[in-house]
Amino acid sequence: MSEATASRDNGTEPMIEMTGLNKWYGDFHVLRDIDLTVQRGERIVVCGPSGSGKSTLIRCINRLEAHQQGGIVVGGITMTEDIKRIEQIRRQVGMVFQHFNLFPHLSVLENCCLSQIWVQKKPRHEAEKLAMEYLERVQIAEQAKKYPGQLSGGQQQRVAIARALCMRPEVMLFDEPTSALDPEMIKEVLDVMVELAREGMTMLCVTHEMGFAKTVADRVIFMDQGQIIEEAPPETFFNNPRSERTKLFLSQILGH
Amino acid sequence: MTTSSPSSETMSTPMIPQREPPDPRRGVTGWLRKNLFSSPLNSIVSLIMLAFAVLIVWPLLQWAIIQADWLGDTRQACTGEGACWVFISARLESIVYGFYPESEIWRVNIVFVMLAGLIAWLVLPRLPSKGWVALFALTGFPIIAFFLLAGGAFGLMPVSTRDWGGLMLTLTIAVVGIVGSLPIGILLALGRRSSMPLVRGVSVVFIEFWRGVPLITVLFMASVMLPLFVPSEIEFDKLLRALVGIMLFWSAYMAEVVRGGLQSIDKGQDEAGMSLGLGYWQRMGLIVLPQALKLVIPGIVNTFIALFKDTSLVLVIGLLDLLSIIQSGLTDPEWLGYAMEGYVFAALVYWVFCFSMSRYSQRVERKLHTGH
Repeated sequence: MSEATASRDNGTEPMIEMTGLNKWYGDFHVLRDIDLTVQRGERIVVCGPSGSGKSTLIRCINRLEAHQQGGIVVGGITMTEDIKRIEQIRRQVGMVFQHFNLFPHLSVLENCCLSQIWVQKKPRHEAEKLAMEYLERVQIAEQAKKYPGQLSGGQQQRVAIARALCMRPEVMLFDEPTSALDPEMIKEVLDVMVELAREGMTMLCVTHEMGFAKTVADRVIFMDQGQIIEEAPPETFFNNPRSERTKLFLSQILGH
Repeated sequence: MTTSSPSSETMSTPMIPQREPPDPRRGVTGWLRKNLFSSPLNSIVSLIMLAFAVLIVWPLLQWAIIQADWLGDTRQACTGEGACWVFISARLESIVYGFYPESEIWRVNIVFVMLAGLIAWLVLPRLPSKGWVALFALTGFPIIAFFLLAGGAFGLMPVSTRDWGGLMLTLTIAVVGIVGSLPIGILLALGRRSSMPLVRGVSVVFIEFWRGVPLITVLFMASVMLPLFVPSEIEFDKLLRALVGIMLFWSAYMAEVVRGGLQSIDKGQDEAGMSLGLGYWQRMGLIVLPQALKLVIPGIVNTFIALFKDTSLVLVIGLLDLLSIIQSGLTDPEWLGYAMEGYVFAALVYWVFCFSMSRYSQRVERKLHTGH
């Protein structure tokens, strides 16, 4: 396995591989011995109570958080301190944030073109063409010239998804994408994510939307206090959870 | 539960008293009635303020304009009634050009015209190619201006910086200081927020040092102390020393202003840039700095204005800027007693430049509000 080339291997190699991952915030042990493998095309939903470390877990994948122990391999590239490696990994990983993080001083179209032009060195017209394609896929093409401040939450999140997709990532990370949205806008974002999943995108999604998990997930992972407690396909997870903590969590979240 | 009929409800509850419709009269009288004389109390206050205005402004106008003397060559032209602007107009050449040799003044005029033209091109809306003009203003123009003003090449007679003075010197120092302190300040602010200890340490030391000493001390040290430490064969031009000192001094202040803006940008912006694969300088230049600088335009322009007025401190190292040239005129026995005119004129010139900067900055802020 050559380390110099950014490998886009055949489909047999896992997309993400975490082994023995440990992370501390000062004294607080936020991730404990995480072992996780994500195959290409897999859709994984990560759930758990607040403070369980689920957001931290996926933020470690594109190095928004740095782990202290253990290894992460993304798309065949082993993560090290080397910034070149990290940027290589980041180019393969798309991320959608809870608070959208759109660039307010740029229009929707410019938001989607920025990284294509500056990272992928595409000419502007080519970047805009691709951007418009993705904006149409998330059904927001008519807002292309608007600024994020003029859009609703659901519209902004869909733009954020399109912006991440414009980089044609191998895997998409979703960090509670609908948690900051009003209930009536959650559906429009989830619809886009379901569509994305149906097209075969590898996805790792931290969410409380259990309906989404049931529809789309290949595996549901439950985390509590920095550990993976349970990991199972949705049918098993929801109908036959093994751990007591999982059962407690499910009763709380599915109760209403 | 009985439903009460609507008519009995409205008749029993008291109505809010009727209000007068807005005053429909337009024009000057309408405005006066509405704003100054809308009620008896307002009318009385308006009349009192008007009386004050007349008492103060009228004599001022009388002194400054109506009874003033404008043209002439010597003190005899001053009638003594109002302001004697002859003091200014007779000495206008030295006030604007300092001691620049008369035969070479055309060179300074060219630089003035170019500067005004560049600024106008960048400021006025809808003019094209502002990017190229800005690039020229930062690269080509300083070189051209330097050779025109200092001479010594292309057949131009050399003019020592000791002979530069007046408004021309003030503008030179101010422009160099303003244009230099902003980029250096931005780099220092980024450096202070860096995670690399060496970069951060150097930035902090630089900022805290230059902010800790008064500008007068800096100028004094640069002018008097530096030659003591440097072998006598090397002589740094006095104006150059002043320019470097002023630029470094103000860049420390600018750094803190910019840092305030950087701090207020949500970390998510940087994270979104990271997740898209952008490198550090790309994130700073395309995402963070545009937002941060826009936020602190008031602070930046504040610093520019302070810099402009502080150019008068070069007096302590023997460079005669606008204010000092006017002051030195006051020691001329022929013009004793006209200090008022001198200082009022100096204040007016400073005010015009500083207020223009302020107005322009407000226009920039308004323009940048489009979109968000």
